[in-house]
Amino acid sequence: MALESKVPDSPIESMWEDHKFEMKLVNPNNKRKFDVIVVGTGLAGASAAATMGELGYRVKAFTFHDSARRAHSIAAQGGINATKNYHGDGDSVFRLFYDTVKGGDYRSREANVYRLAEVSSNIIDQATAQGVPFAREYGGKLANRSFGGAQVSRTFYARGQTGQQLLLGAYQALARQVKLGTVELHTRSEMLDVVQVDGRARGIVVRDLVTGEVTSHSANAVVLATGGYSNVFYLSTNAMACNVTAAWRAHRKGAAFANPCFTQIHPTAIPASEEFQSKLTLMSESLRNDGRIWVPSDPDESRPAAQVPEEDRDYFLEVKYPAFGNLVPRDVASRNAKEQVDAGKGVGPLKNGVYLDFKDAIARLGRDVIADRYGNLFEMYERITGENPYEQPMRIYPAPHYTMGGLWVDYHLMTTIDGLYAIGEANFSDHGANRLGASALMQGLADGYFVLPYTIGDFLADKLNEEKVPTDHPAFVEAEQAVQERNEKLLSIGGTRTVDWFHRELGKIMLDHCGMARSQEGLEKAISQIRALRDEFWSDVKVLGGADGLNSSLEKAGRVADFFELAELMCIDALERGESCGGHFRVESQTDEGEALRDDENYSYSSAWFRDGEEENSWTLEKEQLEFDYVKLTQRSYK
Amino acid sequence: MNLTLRVWRQTGPDDVGGFETYEAEGISEHMSFLEMLDTVNERLIEDGVEPIEFAHDCREGICGTCGLMIDGQAHGPWDGAATCQLHMRAYSDGDEIVIEPWRASGFPIVKDLVVDRQAFDRIVEAGGYISIDTGSANDANLTPIGKETADLAMDAAACIGCGACVAACPNGAAQLFTAAKAEHLNLLPQGQPERDQRSMAMVDTMEEFFGSCTNHQECSSACPKDISIDFIGMLNRDYAKAKLSGRKSA
Repeated sequence: MALESKVPDSPIESMWEDHKFEMKLVNPNNKRKFDVIVVGTGLAGASAAATMGELGYRVKAFTFHDSARRAHSIAAQGGINATKNYHGDGDSVFRLFYDTVKGGDYRSREANVYRLAEVSSNIIDQATAQGVPFAREYGGKLANRSFGGAQVSRTFYARGQTGQQLLLGAYQALARQVKLGTVELHTRSEMLDVVQVDGRARGIVVRDLVTGEVTSHSANAVVLATGGYSNVFYLSTNAMACNVTAAWRAHRKGAAFANPCFTQIHPTAIPASEEFQSKLTLMSESLRNDGRIWVPSDPDESRPAAQVPEEDRDYFLEVKYPAFGNLVPRDVASRNAKEQVDAGKGVGPLKNGVYLDFKDAIARLGRDVIADRYGNLFEMYERITGENPYEQPMRIYPAPHYTMGGLWVDYHLMTTIDGLYAIGEANFSDHGANRLGASALMQGLADGYFVLPYTIGDFLADKLNEEKVPTDHPAFVEAEQAVQERNEKLLSIGGTRTVDWFHRELGKIMLDHCGMARSQEGLEKAISQIRALRDEFWSDVKVLGGADGLNSSLEKAGRVADFFELAELMCIDALERGESCGGHFRVESQTDEGEALRDDENYSYSSAWFRDGEEENSWTLEKEQLEFDYVKLTQRSYK
Repeated sequence: MNLTLRVWRQTGPDDVGGFETYEAEGISEHMSFLEMLDTVNERLIEDGVEPIEFAHDCREGICGTCGLMIDGQAHGPWDGAATCQLHMRAYSDGDEIVIEPWRASGFPIVKDLVVDRQAFDRIVEAGGYISIDTGSANDANLTPIGKETADLAMDAAACIGCGACVAACPNGAAQLFTAAKAEHLNLLPQGQPERDQRSMAMVDTMEEFFGSCTNHQECSSACPKDISIDFIGMLNRDYAKAKLSGRKSA
């Protein structure tokens, strides 16, 4: 199958404006004749559903949460980038575009990234008008900060709860449309399949998580805004229910899955404590502005951290990267922490972390200044660990956090299935091999508010008066049956191990072999381990209860089953990409100094994987070659 | 440590429900409260007993999904923390812990410890927004908003919609939630055109589902985000003003 990116033939600066004019429109009075399904109500889904409702489409929105306000977008702390250049420090659309392509280690599509940078300012205007209480200066203007090593101040924020406030803005816009009757909202409803008729996405099958009822919903187009798949690692900073199922069901129906191995491991999370740990908590990246990262030089060091004298401490980032020090990008910081822990120099009871020490900052600035900057984070840390970071250094370790890979989409955000769109973290579009800080919120809202509502009109325009597909169409009936049969199968295995046990085991394999460092040997081993574990899952998992009511073990079982398949594809993708780039570090591809070595000659493409028919464990790779007409490729260096 | 749990089990909204006793053995003080429940659930499954259903998601105190009455306190003994942020350090070996769902007629029980909080969404749908279509906004810096105003609006906007305020209230009232949602917008310049309408519609909708406020202040002491009851005062003012403004002679 050929990949058509549908990038318009136009100079990048005017491409989106030109293209908006070229695209077909649906007459305002005709929009109500179209049904659009949106799955997921995080930033991307809620903003898309609300905007399409405002435009006049008949929208059905689905979320498995009990309310549209709960999606994991809500947990984003740091901020959202936009090219307002309110401070006159030289920011521009072109600069944000350039930074994003470079930060993604040159593995994203220029046209999409430019558009993202272009609409970023509109997001701030829109959110502010909705009442999002962004931080302000005393004069009443919006405040900004520099974030994630950016050299300009372009990050807008609402305390440490930017994601929460932006999501509530989108949720409230959605609530307004629900009240007006343009959006029909289905909560506690999990999408379990995409339904195609004549090669086009024409609806979905969902399970009501409270009654267990499986129903079909028909539409003219379907939008997936179902987030990322970091939970394939079991322990991640994602919420417990985050999963790949909606995207994976679409993939099984023919949608290409792109760059699955591009995952981001965030350097500053609290290390896992023991086997029972259910998730990892992120500590904001901003801590690295004042904290110094170190490990004891002696792996057998037994003194408490505060008593280890300077000469016995190894500030490994400052030594190795004198120019950037503790502020090296996320992937570099993460990999170096892993090296220290692997060398037996880890700290904490399980020797699985490194220190992030505020001793010098407190001595230099005083405890009050540090409390003002990071007080809420210190409190959160103390609540979880029982340790006081004013007196002893924090312990941190990298944690899976965000997935750049996802469903392949074209310039219109359409997947390889006609009429099926993917927006937000669920698609692969804008971050290449590594996402910059404060760019996830931006992308979710750009897709939902400002891109998809236009491009979907171009698709629908010539479909006016097309026949509706009734939900008793054989394609719906078959899909419903398949969903029910799968649930019955999961319930009937009656094995000995819990779903969580399998999920934990899968997570260990993925973290060991497809995490911060990947090798041919490790990946090959992982693939065979995943297959064996998956077979064991399907013969030995124990799921109690029935399918006719609330049963969270059953929900989890279905999601973990899909994670097994995704995990294998991630390893296959990581194996195929013999270079190191962004968050993907192949040990075979590094410089003499041990840094990631990109290979533009052989790997300057996005990998789009198609499943081979009904055959399990078999995929075909299509490559979307990346052209760089505006950005100059360089090897990143932080020395 | 070893603990005894008395947990509310109820198969559905129509079931009477009752307490079951479970022994939670070998619990680490490093566990979060929900990880303790995970551990108990895994053992129940191994023993062939259906696990306890409880609502949870982000496990970092921001999504507002979790919420348990623990020994009669909404979100348990720690101040300013959601259930997911409570850790087992708060307990000692031999403790008995009583775990119940939110108890309020506005929150019907779905199963075990899971309740239905859709009434909160109805309150927001009634007017908890600013009517502005996508694409029609002015430049964000066109309307200056003083830092103190923005900070106060943010204090209200920090509400996570968990429902602890309702569960803690002897009247099952939702004043703190409604006030936080309304005043976040009523305090901002953008929120002024719809201020009267919003205040009336949200309060009227609230009263369809929840009890009345009699100033016990349990709500704000249970709130995991420490939202102040001052916002209730502000909403009362806005509501009275909205009802009385434009009143005509009888």
